[in-house]
Amino acid sequence: MSVTRGDHDSTSRPSAIAWPKALCLAALGAGPLAEANTSDGYNLPPGVTSLSKAIYTLHMEVFWVCVAIAVVVFGVMIYALVKFRHSQGAVPDTTLVHSTKVEIIWTIIPVVILVAMAIPAAKVILFMEDTRNSELSIRVTGYQWKWQYQYMNAGEGVDFFSTLARDSNFARQLKSGIDPKTVPNYLLEVDKPMVIPSGTKVRLLLTSQDVIHAWWVPDFGAKRSVIPGFVNELWFTVDPGKEGIYRGQCAALCGRDHGFMPIVVDVRTPDDFKKWVEEQKAAVKQAAAPGAQPSNAAPPATAQVLPTAAK
Amino acid sequence: MAHAHSSDTAQHDDHHDQPATGIKRWLFATNHKDIGTMYLVFSLIMFFIGGAMAMIIRAELFKPGLQLVDPVFFNQMTTNHALIMIFGAVMPAFVGLANWMIPMQIGAPDMALPRMNNFSFWILPFAFTLLLSTLLVPGGMAAGGWTLYPPLSLQTGDSFPMLIFAIHMMGASSIMGAINVIVTIMNMRAPGMNLLKMPLFAWSWLITAYLLIAVMPVLAGAITMLLTDRHFGTSFFNAAGGGDPVMFQHIFWFFGHPEVYIMILPGFGIISQVIPAFSRKPLFGYSSMVYATASIAILSFVVWAHHMFTVGMPTAGILFFMYATVLIAVPTGVKVFNWLTTMWRGSMSFETPMLFAVGFIFVFTMGGFTGLILAIMPIDIQLQDTYYVVAHFHYVLVAGSLFSLFAGFYFWVPKWTGRMYDETLGKWHFWLSMIFFNVTFFPMHFLGLAGMPRRIPDYALQFAEFNEIASIGAFGFALSQILFLWIILKVTVLGRGEKAGQCPWDGADTLEWTHLPSPAPYHSFHEQPVVR
Repeated sequence: MSVTRGDHDSTSRPSAIAWPKALCLAALGAGPLAEANTSDGYNLPPGVTSLSKAIYTLHMEVFWVCVAIAVVVFGVMIYALVKFRHSQGAVPDTTLVHSTKVEIIWTIIPVVILVAMAIPAAKVILFMEDTRNSELSIRVTGYQWKWQYQYMNAGEGVDFFSTLARDSNFARQLKSGIDPKTVPNYLLEVDKPMVIPSGTKVRLLLTSQDVIHAWWVPDFGAKRSVIPGFVNELWFTVDPGKEGIYRGQCAALCGRDHGFMPIVVDVRTPDDFKKWVEEQKAAVKQAAAPGAQPSNAAPPATAQVLPTAAK
Repeated sequence: MAHAHSSDTAQHDDHHDQPATGIKRWLFATNHKDIGTMYLVFSLIMFFIGGAMAMIIRAELFKPGLQLVDPVFFNQMTTNHALIMIFGAVMPAFVGLANWMIPMQIGAPDMALPRMNNFSFWILPFAFTLLLSTLLVPGGMAAGGWTLYPPLSLQTGDSFPMLIFAIHMMGASSIMGAINVIVTIMNMRAPGMNLLKMPLFAWSWLITAYLLIAVMPVLAGAITMLLTDRHFGTSFFNAAGGGDPVMFQHIFWFFGHPEVYIMILPGFGIISQVIPAFSRKPLFGYSSMVYATASIAILSFVVWAHHMFTVGMPTAGILFFMYATVLIAVPTGVKVFNWLTTMWRGSMSFETPMLFAVGFIFVFTMGGFTGLILAIMPIDIQLQDTYYVVAHFHYVLVAGSLFSLFAGFYFWVPKWTGRMYDETLGKWHFWLSMIFFNVTFFPMHFLGLAGMPRRIPDYALQFAEFNEIASIGAFGFALSQILFLWIILKVTVLGRGEKAGQCPWDGADTLEWTHLPSPAPYHSFHEQPVVR
């Protein structure tokens, strides 16, 4: 990992933010902005793509509209509960049983509010669904329980699997006796992350080899089902300057180890990305050459050893 | 419960048509009250079994790491918790209330089709014995989620055909129950009881019954296709054979969304009876209430794909389903406003049924807000299949359906048993349930927003605190329901509690309160009441 990049780790929890933040500040001075993009543990992450930010903004708008309605509705309810009590001698007004005027008003007002909400939402949808003019396509294949990334365009030939990191995998076994707190990025670390360039429209072509999965990185505002026999599309452009590690998980129940197939995306500058692609290609060539030594650059992606299997 | 009823009815001066004695009374039951009681007892048992499964889930999620159960068993618990709560607890409980109350509310002596009524109940114990017995089958219970999405659901072990057959039986039972409700309401209303004078509980059940008849066969078709895909070489949902796994989701949710309203509309009906009774004034906007219920039912057929916004639909489809979904907020809003206006300038007292009804409005409205947020498709992209969704549907199902069932129980139990439940304990039950419900499910909103996927047995460390709180809340909620069990036993089997008058609630004005003593006689109306 390059020292010139801030650690925009998408999973730092509120209480554990201090030290990565300090590291960021020491390394780059870009720390304070970095965490602002990720979830604070209570709300959606604003994220690092125009889409994730649009979703965040939309959510806050709808949320505050709901809060406003809640204040009015519950306010009226609480007032009524306090004011119109039998024990306080309240006398029921049995004539208050119907009012066409009032009923029309409280049908029309919600319609207006809903239309006002639906228009900005439709704009975001049209933006989200526009997968044209992508600069890098990556084919993502879901398996029970790992991901395969096959690069196209500039990354042609790069092809690897990405599985749960070994230390997480040991710790997550039933009654492993390993405290998850001792494992860095417990359940959110992989052996080999997907690497993408920043400032580039990346399109994922998603399909599955077995059951339905879902590829999701919250900081990108990107989630889509991964379905056998279908190729789904998804795109995102990570803002330049937001290079770093972003984490997500499979979001569709896919069997026994559904909880254990994380997604890690390493966003690099376009130059660093090019270097990485060259390294990968060299490693592939080296591995293919007769008598080649196993390369460190491309460790076998399926090297997942279950401790139970060793017994 | 057997004693309570036989002794209660024996005290009553009505000597006609005494119930049969012993097991025959229940096995060959054709009396709507006996069948209603069996439904309610059955659903209570299922409520505790499904609740035990939820406790296993929450115990495993109490801390990060896997301490108690294997992930496969965890998935079996989430799957069967849902199946049992939906098909075993909530739906039979509402059918039980329908059996007890609809004939009394419309001035009929019994349900129209008593033998079918018996059959539709007695299918259920067999269906759920079959479902629960899959725990002992090689491969264990179904673990692919209650939505049974292929291809995952096809990986279920030997229990798969048993699961499918069990769901078929539950569906058949529901359809028979629904036919019975429709035929009863359409043919057996007392003279003068035209449809727009009918109590709202009966109205909401009439609409629910049509929903059941419309969608249960769709579910039956979908699961039959799953069965033939797995056992007879068809490829309805198998992409490799030219089938389409997404088609299953469309068919399933065409059933699944109306199913959601099947579980809430009768609850709306109960609340619409309880609020006026304890506000001591008639329901505000009766006819708009009926139209709103019908609108919700009709809209429920055109919103199904909002459960699957991430599958990759055409943009036009996404827009349509988003708009149709947010539209549901309009009739739902009308209902809430009508309830509030019923309370307005009323004279409210807060016995347990009213507490649960007010609690229902509060938490159900919260669930409505999160539903609105989830309906906005771009937001749903971030929240689909997260704990936010878990929070949302438990706010509408636990706090909606379950609280309305509690309200219904406390409201009507004096009519059933002739005795008042323990008011102090009832209030405890409400406050404990309300507080622990929110402790359990409110933090789940945060978990979902912060990115915790649902249906996972273990989670990353940043989710630890809220999961711990949720688990503590869940244990508290479960203990509160043991109190409920005691309250039930006390007022029914033990027959303790003050004697209830014909109408213990000042504002209740439907036929069961105005024309029938408490406890209601074994046969309600020997002569039809006349409604002016």
